[in-house]
Amino acid sequence: MEFKQRHLLGIQHLDVSDILTVLDTAESLSEISTREVKKVPTLRGKTIVNLFFEPSTRTRSSFELAAKRLSADIINFSQQTSSVVKGESLKDTVLNLEAMNPDALVIRHPCSGAPHFVSTFCRSHVINAGDGSHEHPTQALLDAFTIRQTKKSFTNLSVVIVGDILHSRVARSNLFLLSKLGAQITLVGPPSLLPEEFKNFGATTSHSLDESLAGADVIMMLRIQTERQKANFFPSIREYRNLYCLTEKRFRLANKDAIIMHPGPINRGVEISSEMADSVKSVILKQVENGIAIRMAILYLLLGGRERETAD
Amino acid sequence: MRLLIRNGRVVDPSSGTDETLDILIDQGKIADIKPKIEEAEGFKVLDVSRLVVAPGFIDMHAHLREPGQEYKEDIQTASRAAARGGFTSICAMPNTDPVNDNRGVTEFILAEARKRAAVNIFPIAAVTNGLRGEQLTDMADLLDAGAVAFSDDGRCIQDSLVMRRALEYSDFLQTLVIDHCEDFDLSQDGLMHEGSHSFFLGLKGIPASAEEVMVARDVILTEAARARIHIAHLSTRGGARLVEEARKRNVRVTAEVTPHHLVLSDEALANYDTNLKVNPPLRSQRDVQALLAAVRTGVIDVLATDHAPHTAEEKDVEFDRAPFGINGLETAVSLLLDRLVNKNVLDLSRFIEMISTNPARILGLANKGRLTAGADADLTILNLHKETVIDITTFASKSRNNPFHGWKLKGAPVMTIVAGKIVYPFS
Repeated sequence: MEFKQRHLLGIQHLDVSDILTVLDTAESLSEISTREVKKVPTLRGKTIVNLFFEPSTRTRSSFELAAKRLSADIINFSQQTSSVVKGESLKDTVLNLEAMNPDALVIRHPCSGAPHFVSTFCRSHVINAGDGSHEHPTQALLDAFTIRQTKKSFTNLSVVIVGDILHSRVARSNLFLLSKLGAQITLVGPPSLLPEEFKNFGATTSHSLDESLAGADVIMMLRIQTERQKANFFPSIREYRNLYCLTEKRFRLANKDAIIMHPGPINRGVEISSEMADSVKSVILKQVENGIAIRMAILYLLLGGRERETAD
Repeated sequence: MRLLIRNGRVVDPSSGTDETLDILIDQGKIADIKPKIEEAEGFKVLDVSRLVVAPGFIDMHAHLREPGQEYKEDIQTASRAAARGGFTSICAMPNTDPVNDNRGVTEFILAEARKRAAVNIFPIAAVTNGLRGEQLTDMADLLDAGAVAFSDDGRCIQDSLVMRRALEYSDFLQTLVIDHCEDFDLSQDGLMHEGSHSFFLGLKGIPASAEEVMVARDVILTEAARARIHIAHLSTRGGARLVEEARKRNVRVTAEVTPHHLVLSDEALANYDTNLKVNPPLRSQRDVQALLAAVRTGVIDVLATDHAPHTAEEKDVEFDRAPFGINGLETAVSLLLDRLVNKNVLDLSRFIEMISTNPARILGLANKGRLTAGADADLTILNLHKETVIDITTFASKSRNNPFHGWKLKGAPVMTIVAGKIVYPFS
């Protein structure tokens, strides 16, 4: 079992064995969070910087807790309180932080490719915590981990991902990851938010949620941003809800033991009804819980266990 | 002093010449050109056996950055880059600071060029004041000051009525409007060609339709005004089809293409290399094939660089935040010789026609683009067999934003002569 990466920039760069290594490592680490004393010394003396250029509660807290439970030191850096507002470039920001000798940078950035750019000049391990509309690899890993807790196998598992596919980094990372594990992915949304070209990435595409739900094992709803309506990607929230909201009635079209997922934050009553979000079929909060184990696994595999810096 | 250039393979598309000839240059003009010119007292003799002698190359599309952005490039460095790249003349786009929308700026550029430039500089003035797309510039006055054409390059005029007036007015002055075709509502804040690769990378796309809609509009307005237009840096299959269709109906439309749009496609952006961020964007492989076909069939008349220098710190940022542009003057000719001429997409004479004869004709530069007695002694000398490796650290340009670093190419410009004076190799 080996994780062959220096950085976690995206699912695109991982092979199946990398992915399974992360999932298995997360499984063994997940127990720590259930202990009375939720802390092990594994990453004692390691320093991690949470570098968030976009608002985030869930992902940032999740990385912070993951680091703390492994005894790493973590500091939070957000755009609002930094010299970025004084016009400092991303490169200079990173070089200055690096002068303080961190071991890993966890980067959330509104520009696609920003973590990739940072990785071209920095010494630390770079972990992509979401870049623009590109990738959100830890989200996809925690989603796969969550699916694995209820489904026996990924092979031919029918996964339906619904919503703003065009702008969603969660959709891309999940598409890449779950396809690699053998699942059948159907992407669903209006044509303006789901270009035909997504077929080239191994997915089936559909504009009808009702038709796509037949036989679904996993239903993943994506947050729809209201700004998209202003840009005419769809006419109105009312119309969107009518066509793409996961309701109880629609859910009955799926397999009996289908699970409901959402990367959050959810818009109750827009892409998912409250009953569905809170139903026993929903694993939304389980996803949040598993996020910590996955991020512990990533930090451990990149920073911990044994010294792996020498070769690089 | 008179210069005698001997034994070169002279290729002059304007007269259909392709043979070994001697050329005598006197007082900046071609005095004589024939198979054998006897050497006389006081001649400087240059033997160019095994080399190609062409009428000086003319780049219709360059950004010199002076006045205003001399930290990126200036008239002198751009002209040296041009000389090194085999160009004897370059046209200066008006998006400087201040904009070249008045006689003062045009005269400043020409005065600085006379003092400091290694090659001929031809200012292209703005179509509208401040490139705002609202009020036409004083075109007659600008022409009188020395402008050779008009363009709001990069700030494509969105208002079709303003464009109509620009075409009507420029035609009465017998000058030319050059349009960068882009519908800003369709391109918005796009970063690369919209297609599989933009969707994969999560980068906002610039659809081909953003260009095509404006090419269609321009063709319609040009035909209605019975005017003339030149389409800058054509990048799409649909755009090429519209130009082809218009020309069949004898609408007076000409078009140019850049080397990077012929050589690279959007799949090259996989690593978010900001040196590949350019507008119009690198298009799909299908578009590239259509552009190559349009070059072969003559639908596209001109090869132009769209030389757009930017500093390393401007490009060393997130992809979204990098400025658009490729620094192209010093790599264009080698790229085109390697990819078009040496790979038999285009024969040598047609290549020279597209980079010298046609630009001279379209811009109305009567004494350029030809190697006949009386013409300006602007010459580009090529070695078709010389192998070079592109090295951006050797650029004469102030900037280095060029994606071809390390490329091995066959065919290179080896000497540039402007008004009878050897401007490259640098003395």
